[in-house]
Amino acid sequence: MTSATSPMAAPREGYSPLRLLIALVVLAALIAAPFLVYPIFLMKVLCFALFACAFNLLLGYAGLLSFGHAMFFGGAAYISAHTVKVLGFTPEIGIIAGTLSAALLGLVTGLLAIRRLGIYFAMVTLALAQMFFFFCLQAPFTGGEDGLQAVPRRAFFGIIDITKDVNLYYVVLAIFVIGFAIIYRAVHSPFGQVLKAIRENEPRAVSLGYRVNQYKLLAFVLSAALAGLAGATKSIVFQLASLTDVAWQMSGEVILMTLVGGMGTMLGPIVGAAIIVTMQNYLASLGEWVLVIQGVIFVLAVSLFRRGVVGEVLAFVQARKEKAAARDAAP
Amino acid sequence: MRFAAMLMAAASVFAVTAANAQSPVKVKIGVLNDMSSLYSDLSGPGSVWAAKKAVEDFGAAAKGLQVEVIAADHQNKADVGTSVARQWYDVEGVDMIVDTPNSGVALAVNTVTREKNKVFINSGAATSDLTGKACSPNTVHWTYDTWALANGTGKAVTKNGGDTWFFLTADYAFGHALERDTSEVVKANGGKVVGTVRVPLNTSDFSSFLLQAQGSKAKIIGLANAGGDTINSIKQASEYGITSSGQKLAGLLIFLTDINSIGLKTAQGLNLTSAWYWDMTDANRAFAKEFSAANGGKYPTMVQAGVYSGVTHYLKSVAALKSAKDGAAVVAEMKKMPTDDKLFGKGEVRADGRQIHPMFLFEVKKPSESKGPYDFYTLKATIPANEAFRPIGEGDCPLVKKT
Amino acid sequence: MFELLGISPPALFGQLLLGLINGAFYAMLSLGLAVIFGLLNVINFTHGAQYMMGAFGAWMLLNYAGIPFWGALILSPIVVAAIGMVIERTLLRRLYHLDHLYGLLLTFGLALIIEGLFRRQYGASGLPYNNPLPGGTNLGFMFLPNYRGFIVVASLVVCFATWFVIERTKLGSYLRAATEKPDLVQAFGIDVPRMITLTYGFGVGLAALAGVLAAPAYQVSPTMGSNLIIVVFAVVVIGGMGSIMGAIVTGFGLGVVEGLTKVFYPEASSTVIFVIMAIVLMVKPAGLFGTAK
Repeated sequence: MTSATSPMAAPREGYSPLRLLIALVVLAALIAAPFLVYPIFLMKVLCFALFACAFNLLLGYAGLLSFGHAMFFGGAAYISAHTVKVLGFTPEIGIIAGTLSAALLGLVTGLLAIRRLGIYFAMVTLALAQMFFFFCLQAPFTGGEDGLQAVPRRAFFGIIDITKDVNLYYVVLAIFVIGFAIIYRAVHSPFGQVLKAIRENEPRAVSLGYRVNQYKLLAFVLSAALAGLAGATKSIVFQLASLTDVAWQMSGEVILMTLVGGMGTMLGPIVGAAIIVTMQNYLASLGEWVLVIQGVIFVLAVSLFRRGVVGEVLAFVQARKEKAAARDAAP
Repeated sequence: MRFAAMLMAAASVFAVTAANAQSPVKVKIGVLNDMSSLYSDLSGPGSVWAAKKAVEDFGAAAKGLQVEVIAADHQNKADVGTSVARQWYDVEGVDMIVDTPNSGVALAVNTVTREKNKVFINSGAATSDLTGKACSPNTVHWTYDTWALANGTGKAVTKNGGDTWFFLTADYAFGHALERDTSEVVKANGGKVVGTVRVPLNTSDFSSFLLQAQGSKAKIIGLANAGGDTINSIKQASEYGITSSGQKLAGLLIFLTDINSIGLKTAQGLNLTSAWYWDMTDANRAFAKEFSAANGGKYPTMVQAGVYSGVTHYLKSVAALKSAKDGAAVVAEMKKMPTDDKLFGKGEVRADGRQIHPMFLFEVKKPSESKGPYDFYTLKATIPANEAFRPIGEGDCPLVKKT
Repeated sequence: MFELLGISPPALFGQLLLGLINGAFYAMLSLGLAVIFGLLNVINFTHGAQYMMGAFGAWMLLNYAGIPFWGALILSPIVVAAIGMVIERTLLRRLYHLDHLYGLLLTFGLALIIEGLFRRQYGASGLPYNNPLPGGTNLGFMFLPNYRGFIVVASLVVCFATWFVIERTKLGSYLRAATEKPDLVQAFGIDVPRMITLTYGFGVGLAALAGVLAAPAYQVSPTMGSNLIIVVFAVVVIGGMGSIMGAIVTGFGLGVVEGLTKVFYPEASSTVIFVIMAIVLMVKPAGLFGTAK
C-alpha cells in the first residue's frame, strides 16, 4: 500500500519483561480454556485466528489485499480430508499434505496475481478463487455440495487419541502456536523489514536494489501455506471439508476479522477472529441479520476505526506514553 | 460466567434426577435449518412453527412429556451445522434435531447424531445417501429423497408418453445423482435419453442450453437442478417458446414456494413429484389455513408438513418409552411402531431409516384454473408407498445387511 | 468432437447472438465500473448489489405503485442512482485521501448490508417479473424472443451514448481532465466534488438499468448481483480500465466467447472468463485495452 495508509502501521513491538509476562499469562489461559469453554468452539476460533494471522502477513505487512484466500484455506481442507478419509493416512500427514498443496496453489496464483498492483491484485485473486470454487464444485473428489463428510479422527502421530475433544484441542493449540511463531519470526526478520519497506514505498524499495516481486511472491506463498495449515486443521476438527470454505464469502470473512482486530498488528487478527466467530456463534438464530451486521461492522471499521481493536489500543497506549514523555521532558 | 453457568447446569441435573420420580419426561427438540437463504422459504421459520404445532396437537403435557422446541440457522454451512449440533447435544441437552435441508449439512449432522447417540429426523434434505451408504441407527429420513423424485417423475412421465428425454443437469454431485437415477427409470420404462448438457451451478442465462435441448427434439426436458437454477430454466424455456411448441418440462426437485416465485403463467404444464400438497384432504387444508395465518400468508411445503409428521411420530415413540435419552432406542421404537398422523396418513419407518408413504405426481395449473393463493397443482398420479422409494436392498445401507 | 463439427452454421449463428445478449450485461456493468474507477479511483464492489436494486426497483414500482416496465426503465435507475449519490457523499467521500483498497472494502461491506436487507425482506428464492415484450420473431436460424432483441439494442444504445458523451463532448472532456488533474480542473472553476458525485450516480444508474433489463429475463432475487459481480471484475481485468470503448468491446466479446463455450464445452462455461483472465495476465498484464498503471 502507499504511504497514505501509514495509520495501519503498528507502533513498534519489541521484547520486554512485561510482554513476556503477558505472553505467559495468555498461554496459561489457553491451556486452561477447554475446561471452562466448549472446546469445539475454541478450536474453531484458533483455526480462524491462524487463518487471519496468515492473511494479515500479506495485507498488514506486505500491503497486498488478497480477495481469494478462501481458495488456500478450503483447498487445503479438501486435500487434508481426502488424504485422511479416502487414502487412509493419519491426520498429521493430511495436514502436511494440505499445507503443501496450499503452498503450491499459492505459488501459481501468486505468479499471476503479483503482475498487477493494488485494486487489480484484489480483483485478480478474487477471480482466481472463484475459478477454484467452480473447480471444487465440479471435481468428483470433493463431493460437490455434500462435501467430504465424516473424516475419521485417527490417532495423531499414531499415539495421541484425538477422538476426545480436549486432546484434540491441545493438538490444535500446538499447531496454532507453531504457525503463529512462524509468522512472528517472518515479520521480525530482515525479510519482514523488506516487506514493510515495499508496503510503504515500492519504488524506493526497487531503487534500493530489492527484487520486489520475489519478496512479494515469497510472502504470498508463505501466507497461502499458513492459511492452508489453518484450513487443513479445521477439516480434522470438524471432520469435514465443504464448499463453504472455498466460497468468496470466506475470503470476505477473513478480511473482516483482520480489519476488525487491526491489520498490521501481531495480535489483531486473533482478536478479530475471536470477535467474529463468537458473533456468528451467538447470533446464529438471527438468520439474515448476521450478513447485515457483518456489513455494518465492515463499514464502521473502514469509516471510523481503521486501526482495528488492537491497533486502537496500541495507539492509545503509545499516545499516553508520548504524553508522559513530553511531560517528563518539560520542566 | 461460563463456569458459573456450568455449575448451575450441573445443579439442575441433580435436581432433575432427584425429582425424576414424579416429574414429566423432558424432551428438547432442535429445529436446525436455513433461516436466511436459499431454503428459508421452503423450511425456515415455517418448519419451527410446524414442529411447535406438532407438540401442541400431540398434547404432550397430558401424556407425561415436557417438550421444548428451539431453533437455529445453519446458514447452509456444514461446519456451522455441526457446531450447532454438537453444542446442542453437549451443552444444551437437545434430544432430537429435525428438518435440516441442504444435503451437505444433513450428512454432517447425521454423523454427529450417531456419535452422540441422539435422534435426527430429516425432512428437508434430498440426498438418498442418508438411508443408503450413510445410514445410521439414529437417523430417520422423512419426506422425500432424490431417488423418490427421480422415480416418481421419471416413471409417470415416461408412461404417459413422454418417452424421449433431454437433461439439463446441474454440474455437481446432486445434479449428477438426479440425472443418473432418472435416466435409469426412464430406460426401465421403455423411454430413451437422447442427450444431456451439464450446466454449471448458478448460471443465470440458460438460453444456450435450452436451445440445445430444443434442437434435440426430445419430448421431455428433464431439469436435474434445484432452486434458482430450476426457476431460471423454467422461466427462460417459456420465453423461448419451448413449452408452447410442444416440448414439456419435468422438474425433478421443485417446491411449492418455487412455483409461487415463478408464477403460474410461466410454470403451467410443468410436471413434478411431491410428497405432500396442502389441497388434498380436509386435514391438510385445515393445517394449511392455520399455517398461513401464522406465517404471513405463506402456505406449507412438503418439507414443513414432513417436520410436523416426523415430530409427531417421534413424540409417540418417546411417550411409549418414557425416555428420550437413548437415541438409538427411540429410533428403534419409531421403526417398530407404524406411523399414523393427519398429514402423512399411515406408513412405516424402514430398517434403513426411510419413512415410507405414497408420492404424488402433479401438473402445474393454468392461471385460469387457479382459484386462490397457492392453488397450483392438479393431481396426475399417485405412486403407491411400496413403489415410491428405493427398494431396501439396493441402497447399500450397512444396517440392512446385518439383519 | 462430432458435435463440435456437427453444429450447423445457422445454429452457430444463433448461439453467437445469445452470447451477444449475455455480453450486453457484462458490457453495461463493466462500463459503469470503468466510469466510476476513472474518476473516483474506487472499485465499486456495491455494483452487483446496485444491479440487484435496479431489478427490485422495477419489481417494487410494478407491485406497489402499478408502474409498468417502461416507466421503471427510467425511474428505477434514477432512484438507485440517487441512493448511490447519498452513499458517495456520506461514506465514500471520506476515504479519498486513503489507499484505494479502503474504498473496495467499504463498498464490499455495503454490498453485504444491501443483500442482507433484501433477503430479510423478500426471501432468497426470488420474485417473478412478467415479460413486457412477449412473443418473438423467427429469424430463420433461431427463434429470437422480442425481449432479448430489445436487450441487445437497448444496451448498445446506452453504451455508445456513454462513449459519445465521455469521448466526444465538452462535458466529457471536463470529466477526462478531472480524472488526470483534479486540482487544475478545480482551479478552472469547475466543481470537481459535484462532478464526482454525479459520475458515481451515473455509474450506479448504469448498473441499475442493467438490473431492470435483467428483471424480466432472469429471476429478481437478492443474490443475483453477487454472483455476477465477480465475473464482471474478471471482465474488467481482461479489458483494462483505460478506455470506455475497451470496456464495451470486452464485455460483448467475452459474452460471445462464453456463449460459444456453452455449446462446445458447457462444463467450462462458468470458468472460461477466469481462464482468459489468467492468460491475458501472463501475456499483457495491463489488460487488452489498458495502459500500465
